[in-house]
Amino acid sequence: MTDKIISINRKLNGFLYPLLMLPLWIILYWNLNFISNYFIDNILNLSKGVHLTETLRFFIYEVPKVMLLLILIIFGVGIIRTYFTPEKTRKVLEGKSLFTGNILASLLGIVTPFCSCSAIPLFLGFVEAGVPIGVTFSFLIAAPMINEVALVLLAGLFGWKVAMIYISTGLIIAIFSGWLIGKLKLEKYVADWVFSIKSGKTEITEDKLSFYDRINNCYQAVKEIVGKIWLYIIIGIGIGALAHAYVPADYLSSILGSENWYGVPLAILIGVPLYSNAAGVIPIVSVLIEKGVSLGTALAFMMSVIALSLPEIIILKKVLKWQMIAIFIGIVSGGIIIVGFIFNYIGF
Amino acid sequence: MEIKVLGTGCAKCKSLEKNTIAAVEQLNLEAKIEKVEDIMEIMKYGVMVTPALVADNAVVVKGRVPSVEELKSILTQ
Repeated sequence: MTDKIISINRKLNGFLYPLLMLPLWIILYWNLNFISNYFIDNILNLSKGVHLTETLRFFIYEVPKVMLLLILIIFGVGIIRTYFTPEKTRKVLEGKSLFTGNILASLLGIVTPFCSCSAIPLFLGFVEAGVPIGVTFSFLIAAPMINEVALVLLAGLFGWKVAMIYISTGLIIAIFSGWLIGKLKLEKYVADWVFSIKSGKTEITEDKLSFYDRINNCYQAVKEIVGKIWLYIIIGIGIGALAHAYVPADYLSSILGSENWYGVPLAILIGVPLYSNAAGVIPIVSVLIEKGVSLGTALAFMMSVIALSLPEIIILKKVLKWQMIAIFIGIVSGGIIIVGFIFNYIGF
Repeated sequence: MEIKVLGTGCAKCKSLEKNTIAAVEQLNLEAKIEKVEDIMEIMKYGVMVTPALVADNAVVVKGRVPSVEELKSILTQ
């Protein structure tokens, strides 16, 4: 009897709730503009056009919108990710030639579950299995830079075109940086003990996951990620809402507009030491763009904050000599600068 | 039973250690829990994503933090 109840409960959690939630999500998302306007104009009865009202309107519309998008996308990406594991990814990348390997590694970097505290064991695991250094780097660049949170926030605040531009340029940077690192034959700058590591077991113990387990994993992922970043999002959008109403529109264009060649390198110089996740930095970037910073400069700033972070560099210092780290930062920043210039030049 | 929590010291590793201790206590298991932070040691288990849990030399959890309840069923298997 209890077994039966438990299995029904599992079914409810596994299939029915997501199915019931989806229509609710759609209704809420499509009516969000109406709801937030109704709340501001009719319930709170605030006067239109005043700075404070417009700040609140922006905030009350953007926060639930971004949260809704996040939940949906993290859930979707979560399902995809249960089909990929670092072990499988390593198997695919073993013995791949440089260029093909770099493309594959960058693509797999997007869908393989990755947390920057696992960067070292992952790096060692790849190297030990004979994945070339350059290919490993493509993975390590793509994995943090292109993530579902960045995708959602970019799509939500700038539209899908900018989100797609971000993904494709991020991929190109990961592919070419890794390829270049491979070509430069930098193995001598990897800490010597790395190559002498032999792990005890290499057989893959694959967890057999039922569909229920996959759904359950996604619940956990949504809870974990949203729990970690909701505060950043609220603060980020809060700053965005204030600037939206109070800072004059062309305030920043004289310094960081597309006419100034030094805008992009300056943005990267500021961005690299800054450590934030996509959730914190993207609402700020939306303000920068609104106040006259060109898209290329803003993208460059965002990429340098997310892709190159001080804590990750310190972690990598354990396995890489400083020359290698300098080359790594140099190549990735170089790639970001080029992307920034291209978009400033095309002028989206 | 010999239990090892593998992890380089991030937040997730600490919560795995905490949950494991709780699970062992609730089960009244006779177990030695050890935290392994040395990366060379961790690699010996062929683990690529931390945190991971090793029970009697077998990797039973990797790359995630199961709840206390789930850990209890993992550890009794």
